[in-house]
Amino acid sequence: MSKDSISARGDLKLTRITKSYGDFNAVDDLTLTIPKGSFFALLGPSGCGKTTTLRMVAGLEEPTVGSIHLGDTDITTTRPYQRPINTVFQNYALFPHLTIFENIAFGLRRRGIKDVKEQVDKVLNLVELPHLAQRKPTQLSGGQQQRIALARAIVNRPALLLLDEPLGALDLKLRRQMQIELKWIQREVGLTFVHVTHDQEEAMTMADTIAVMNEGKIEQMGSPADLYDNPKTAFVANFLGQSNLIKGKIEGNDGDNLVVDLFGQKISMPKNRSHAVDNSMYAGIRPEKFRISLLGTSVRGNQLTGGRIEDVSYIGVSTQYVVAMPWGQEVMVFEQNDDGVPPFDKGDEVNISWEPNFTFGLRGDEDIEAGTEVNPEELEEE
Amino acid sequence: MSLPKVRVPYLLLFPGFAFLFTFFILPIINLAQTSTQTPIAGGDTGQYEQTLAFSNYVQAFLDNKEQFGRSFLYATLATVLALAIAYPLAYAIAFKSGKFKNILLVLVVAPFFTSFLLRTIAWKQILGEEGFVVPGLRSLHIIGQQTTLTSTSVAVVAGMTYNFLPFMTLPLYASLERIDPRTIEAAGDLYANGITAFRRVTVPLSMPGVVAGTLLTFIPAAGDYVNAAILGSPNTKMIGNVIESRYFKIVDYPTAAALSFTLMAAILILVTLYIRKAGTEELV
Repeated sequence: MSKDSISARGDLKLTRITKSYGDFNAVDDLTLTIPKGSFFALLGPSGCGKTTTLRMVAGLEEPTVGSIHLGDTDITTTRPYQRPINTVFQNYALFPHLTIFENIAFGLRRRGIKDVKEQVDKVLNLVELPHLAQRKPTQLSGGQQQRIALARAIVNRPALLLLDEPLGALDLKLRRQMQIELKWIQREVGLTFVHVTHDQEEAMTMADTIAVMNEGKIEQMGSPADLYDNPKTAFVANFLGQSNLIKGKIEGNDGDNLVVDLFGQKISMPKNRSHAVDNSMYAGIRPEKFRISLLGTSVRGNQLTGGRIEDVSYIGVSTQYVVAMPWGQEVMVFEQNDDGVPPFDKGDEVNISWEPNFTFGLRGDEDIEAGTEVNPEELEEE
Repeated sequence: MSLPKVRVPYLLLFPGFAFLFTFFILPIINLAQTSTQTPIAGGDTGQYEQTLAFSNYVQAFLDNKEQFGRSFLYATLATVLALAIAYPLAYAIAFKSGKFKNILLVLVVAPFFTSFLLRTIAWKQILGEEGFVVPGLRSLHIIGQQTTLTSTSVAVVAGMTYNFLPFMTLPLYASLERIDPRTIEAAGDLYANGITAFRRVTVPLSMPGVVAGTLLTFIPAAGDYVNAAILGSPNTKMIGNVIESRYFKIVDYPTAAALSFTLMAAILILVTLYIRKAGTEELV
């Protein structure tokens, strides 16, 4: 089995994986298929099990229960060096005693590949650092080390490339640039990338498919647009961007729409965007989907009246408002500054309105704070 | 308070310089002068005059070639053995010991709580007829029924290996402990099996510790005379024993001084060659 495993190709399938440390399940009965050739992101806060999942795929940890298949080959217990999988480690883990050239050649030499020089040169050109071949890793900047770590992995043309918070140590500007570059390189080389991150923007920029993980389980999986527009849980709604979640009650049907009562005001929303299990529901609306209008103006779509502007922050491209609603909740509204109309002032009495199709419905028993907590450790990494 | 800043480093260096000058440089100069003296004609034992007799060096070396050779042979053997024992030990402490790390490190240093001499004398008991080692080896037929270990070169090398083991272990541990375990994981990720990863990543990254440990073992071992004096016999005499007896028993100061300088020079040359070959400056 181990001899064949190195040439295994195909979709990565995790089947009912659990990883326990004592009583604690870092990964809890996780089933997941990552299609060949995709750019897949595992997104979640620290401690959600995403890194443990990645390490099990790499072979650095063994699942307590469950199996991992690459194509038709079972690699659950295959040693890391017998898997056609390479990793870009967090903080890169370059070999400090070897030159950049030898770092990249390491995997090729272990497999007895003939044209080492040619392949290393090619990948150094791909990451645009051919002039650094004879340097040592410590002589490189963080961004350069990041690219070399990537080059060292992709030169082996693995069936699967794992990226463990690969951009975490870079500053914001460099991170943005590398996000675009990574995406481009993935298309260029056509490998399956599995990317682990706690940075939702990073995941959304790069990945075709995102699996949002929380407490060892997948909360929701889908394209960035799916997850953002129609989150299934409060955790996803809050972890990917910001959400306004308003407590409501499903009153009845109106064709393909539900009629929902939000503190005495009726709104409608598409049935298929509701994840409620009974008639209690949280109606979710993203801040940029709201429109603000002065009291007495008539607008299309759903409308909630009785708001008062509590706070105004002018950001340039947009203005962010905090609007106090009559039932005591404060909602966030982002308005594009594209209409030449001066922003509303603090204290203005307003209505908020939105297109019914933008509404998503969460179960009424959700913890609406889930996914909003900021982990102090992650703040430090920023 | 208004001390000019440029003077601060010199002031900080002063105590060290003063100490080394008084207790190292001056005695060395004195030793150098002694090494070229000859006995005063008709004088008492221990009375010498300066005659710049550099032939002392040649004579001293020719008379003690055997002991020089033995010193470097024993020191090399002890260094190799200490490395063979200390590397796995330091590796286990650095990577596998978990919460026992500090206890194990204390145990490595624990021998220093007892005098060097006492421990060496204890080895005499351990390797003696009444100890458990000799009867044990005899019953396993590893050594002959008449073979003894005391007063043999085996005992001297074993004693030296034991006594210098902490000096090998601690620098090795320090450099192994500095290795980022993820670089070893990365080697596995890049198709290196356990042995290759060890050979290609762990060993090269621990070279500073290997070099420091072997130097800290080899240099004192080459000049050691306690182990040979306590655990050896006249047939296992090292150069340290010769210097000791020339000084304190025969009162032949010039020969002792010449031998001391020859030993220093020999060690210096060997160490320089070794460091060049090991190339530690290449390492981070």
